[in-house]
Amino acid sequence: MEILQLIFSGLSSGCIYGLIALGFVLIYKATEAVNFAQGDMMMIGSLSIISLTSSTALGLSFIVAIPLMLILMALIGFLIEKIFITHITGESQIAIAILTIAIGFGLRFIAGVIWGYDPQTLESALIGTYYNFGELVISISEVLVIVTTIALTLLLYYFFAKTKIGVAMVAVSQNQLAAYYMGIPVKKMQSLTWIIAGLLAGVAGFLYSAKSSVDPITGLLGIKAFAAAVIGGFGSLPGALVGGLVVGLVEPFAVRFLPVGYSHLMPYIILVMVLIFRPHGIFSQTYSKKV
Amino acid sequence: MRTIFKTSYDPDINLFKDRFHRLCYAALCIVLILFPFFLNEYFIGELTLTLIWAIAGMGLMILVGQSGQVSLGHSAFMATGAYSVVILQSKLGLPFIFALPAAGLISALLGVLIALPTTRLHGIYLAILTLAISVLVEDIIVLAEPLTGGVNGMFASDIVIFGINFGRYSNIANLYWLVLFTTILLVLVYKNILRTPIGRAFASIRDSEVSASAMGVNVVLTKAVAFGVSSFFTGIAGAFFGHFATAFNYETFNVIMSITILLMIVVGGVGSIHGAFFGAIVITLLPVLISFLRDFIFQGTSINLMAFPGIETGIFSLILILVILFEPRGIYGAWLKTRTYFELFPLYRKDMFKRQKSYLKTERLR
Repeated sequence: MEILQLIFSGLSSGCIYGLIALGFVLIYKATEAVNFAQGDMMMIGSLSIISLTSSTALGLSFIVAIPLMLILMALIGFLIEKIFITHITGESQIAIAILTIAIGFGLRFIAGVIWGYDPQTLESALIGTYYNFGELVISISEVLVIVTTIALTLLLYYFFAKTKIGVAMVAVSQNQLAAYYMGIPVKKMQSLTWIIAGLLAGVAGFLYSAKSSVDPITGLLGIKAFAAAVIGGFGSLPGALVGGLVVGLVEPFAVRFLPVGYSHLMPYIILVMVLIFRPHGIFSQTYSKKV
Repeated sequence: MRTIFKTSYDPDINLFKDRFHRLCYAALCIVLILFPFFLNEYFIGELTLTLIWAIAGMGLMILVGQSGQVSLGHSAFMATGAYSVVILQSKLGLPFIFALPAAGLISALLGVLIALPTTRLHGIYLAILTLAISVLVEDIIVLAEPLTGGVNGMFASDIVIFGINFGRYSNIANLYWLVLFTTILLVLVYKNILRTPIGRAFASIRDSEVSASAMGVNVVLTKAVAFGVSSFFTGIAGAFFGHFATAFNYETFNVIMSITILLMIVVGGVGSIHGAFFGAIVITLLPVLISFLRDFIFQGTSINLMAFPGIETGIFSLILILVILFEPRGIYGAWLKTRTYFELFPLYRKDMFKRQKSYLKTERLR
């Protein structure tokens, strides 16, 4: 029964990692850039939903607050793309990566100015509601996390595989110039990608705040989500979720069975192992160029 | 504008372009050597720190600027250098003059060990791997408590060479000269590496791995060597950093430090030694400028900037964003433009350094 409990808590934190990783993969798939600020965007989402619903701040109900927060996050994604990213399209991946690192630092600073550096928690009836199934204790927030993540992944998978816009986005990522020739509005596609990534960060942020307390440093969680995205192969949406679940599942077991201090090394050790033995992840999407 | 009339291929790889060039650098060296005689101890300390950052920057520059691999984990090598130089001195009793190169070599060994299994990686994957390694090293330092002092960290005693004291607080001028001497030595090493076959191999794998291997460059070996040299430089910088900080622990060398080193060379200008120095100057000047600005604004408008914690990272990230957007070659690029403007006056055209319009292509097909 203890094992089952560990699996369950692993699944729910794995879903959060998976959601952040989905944000990475989405932007990588559509614009071939890695958004190092995704974790920090999630942190902004968490803190704003906390502020919107907190009785000491705005005290809105969730039905109003969640759409408001999502609009804000979509706007942040849109603005980041419009102000910064469009100017350096076609530069090396590394230039974009460094730019997003700087944006992440900036977001962390802004969050520090607005919300301070103390951890904050969501005020909600959801937190602290538990159901007992025999010895297994399941909290509502964890169920919410898992269900939402699965639904979102399926939705995105359908979006990229079946819809016209989704396929156009993939085309933009693979060859911008050819996509222009095919009549795809490349710039709009890129904006759309960042808007979706912002929304994903918002959802991940809301779910994270339902689980634990948040402060501006929470964005560094993004590093663990990198592990998830890399395990999944960085180009595959289901892969990102699987990677997130792997990282999430390993953590509670490591805490339980390994000596103190070694447990939080595990996600990184897995990451290093995957990169050494399967350099392009489990769901690889890289093809070798022939001379 | 001076033009050099070349009669053989040698001038192409000369360290200095002409006599004027050589004179300029000689004058710079003399000014740097004379600084301690007319600056107070605080500024000499800041200068020493600048030089240490510049060494670390040069280390990363070899990797990023010359061989085109990106590392977000160079604090790991800084940490290795700092810890090994202190451990070698205190546990094995090695004198500093041997411990310093040994610390560099230990870092280089770590770099090669990391590079060998990961040479198949490039771009973003390598960046993420090195990021993970820098997180791992931070934790390993805590776990290896008997050797590294765990959470409490270590104390670096004063550097002593042949009975002369180079302490941070007792003899800062001596420490400054020591670091300056090492820096000049390392700049020469760097410059000379670039004109050897291995240096040209670095450039070839940076520009295209496929064509490099077609020309007979051993890509795996070259990448490993680049990592080794890079981490040697960074290890030396770490060793000095440890002695400069006098007390340090695992938190000193965190992920933020790795990112800072990378941001430093980007702001300075990737691909040139000057860039490492410009970046280092920005890094050390920034806190000074901010505290100056803080007092100034506080007196003028009574807005207290102290109320915004982390304003340094905020301003630094703003500078970085502006640099990447408007001056991708960094401060050195801006300097080149200004110099060309005056050299060619009045013939300079605005488009001379314009970037070619490029389109995004997937890197998954390579």
